[in-house]
Amino acid sequence: MGPGVREPTTTVTVNGARLVANLDARVTLLDALRDRFGLTGTKKGCDQGTCGSCTVLVDGRRVLSCLTLFAQCDGRQVTTIEGLADHPLRAAFIKHDAFQCGYCTPGQIVSAAALIREGRAGRDEDIREYMSGNLCRCGAYPRILAAIREVASGAHA
Amino acid sequence: MKPRPFTYLAPTSVDEALAALAEHSFDAKVLAGGQSLAPLLNFRMASPEYLIDINDVAGLDRVRRVDGGWHIPALVRQRTVERSPELRAAFPLLPAALEQVAHPQIRNRGTVCGSLAHADPAAELPTVMTALDATMRVASVRGEREVPAEEFFQFHFTTSLEDDELLVGVTVDDLPPATSTGFAEFAPRHGDFALAAVAGVVTRASDGAVGAVRLVASGVAARPQRLTAAEKVLLGQRPTPDVVGAAERAARGEVDPTGDIHASADYRRHLVGVLARRVLTTIAEEGDHA
Ligand SMILES: Cc1cc2nc3c(=O)[nH]c(=O)nc-3n(C[C@H](O)[C@H](O)[C@H](O)COP(=O)(O)OP(=O)(O)OC[C@H]3O[C@@H](n4cnc5c(N)ncnc54)[C@H](O)[C@@H]3O)c2cc1C
Ligand code: FES
Ligand code: FES
Repeated sequence: MGPGVREPTTTVTVNGARLVANLDARVTLLDALRDRFGLTGTKKGCDQGTCGSCTVLVDGRRVLSCLTLFAQCDGRQVTTIEGLADHPLRAAFIKHDAFQCGYCTPGQIVSAAALIREGRAGRDEDIREYMSGNLCRCGAYPRILAAIREVASGAHA
Repeated sequence: MKPRPFTYLAPTSVDEALAALAEHSFDAKVLAGGQSLAPLLNFRMASPEYLIDINDVAGLDRVRRVDGGWHIPALVRQRTVERSPELRAAFPLLPAALEQVAHPQIRNRGTVCGSLAHADPAAELPTVMTALDATMRVASVRGEREVPAEEFFQFHFTTSLEDDELLVGVTVDDLPPATSTGFAEFAPRHGDFALAAVAGVVTRASDGAVGAVRLVASGVAARPQRLTAAEKVLLGQRPTPDVVGAAERAARGEVDPTGDIHASADYRRHLVGVLARRVLTTIAEEGDHA
């Protein structure tokens, strides 16, 4: 192995659990999560960054797992929809019927959780703006907005 | 689809990165935010043998003050610049344009320099950096050089970077006093690449006349295009509605866009005029109140 060639072993903390894997360098974080770790909550919609259904948190920031290599996540903390099982957004999405087919929903919830934590969910237009990377083919946008607004304002508690 | 196999290199210093680029030049691609490169890999439109991931390179992730300006190194994310109080104050053009670049997830990873190196003719940052007369800092094992934005962008997805060169950062000089800036674009959907965009930087003389102006358009040529005819109309004049209208006509007349599936040539020409007028009107109002 020449200088700078990264050891093929990658250690990642996913939803609090330390996972070590030795994967081909071309494997994306999305494929690693779904195909190697069995975490199929994160969805592949487009594989090119346009839909947002693969959104996860890496070190607390939302990123598109289809455009991130697994090898790039060495030493990082990854949070997926499975790691947000107790997040109030999940109940709020059900209460507001904020989905139809549900395919975009994991990405919507992960993205919304980051948005609320970033303190950018105070106004409807901000929620719309900062959720703009998450498409919903079923057009549940008004209900998604309502669910996020409720959790952001603390009204769900 | 999956990317074709490649060897993954993760240098931790600029020197290591430059050595890897020198060794593999044409067979290698630099990976910064990956927001343009990863889709190309996923769809096998790019198949480098070596991927040189610069994300672990030390010292490239902080914006810093330099003599008379700001330096934005290669790993500074678009979102970091968008949210930096110092840069927002120094260059309002940057957040104005960045808010229209893709979506938050993409700006969290995508770098300012990656967008410049990628040189998509529809991208916002090359146009804005050309309007700001920014300087690219380029390095290879052969040495370092500085390239003005106007020379850096050459053609669709083509810059003056050689195969073994790294864009280490971009430096933007402070704007002179009495300078106003503006940015406007038209995109079919929010967050999409723009059909056309215009960025303007105008410095006024003490009598309110335009003393210096840079007006740059995207979406009308294979690289950011300076609207020199419109600039000439403005120079030495107060930007009254009549003068702005004459500049709009000049801008429309001097561009020669090609039509494509997204918009006809005529429509793009029309858009550039309208966007130039909007930018200049905002700048004129701001300058008049200053
Ligand atoms: C869905 C979607 C929508 C988008 N919409 C927009 C938009 O509206 N406007 C817009 O401007 N952009 C848009 N982008 C592109 C985005 O802004 C990218 O982040 C940016 O163009 C590339 O930056 P990056 O850091 O991700 O570079 P990468 O993808 O890592 O690299 C891009 C190219 O530049 C080269 N490169 C990167 N850094 C360097 C360097 N320091 N030195 C030498 N070469 C380098 C790479 O080798 C590669 O060829 C969009 C992307 C997606 C996925
Ligand atoms: S699958 Fe990643 S954005 Fe669509
Ligand atoms: S619920 Fe079907 S795509 Fe959003």
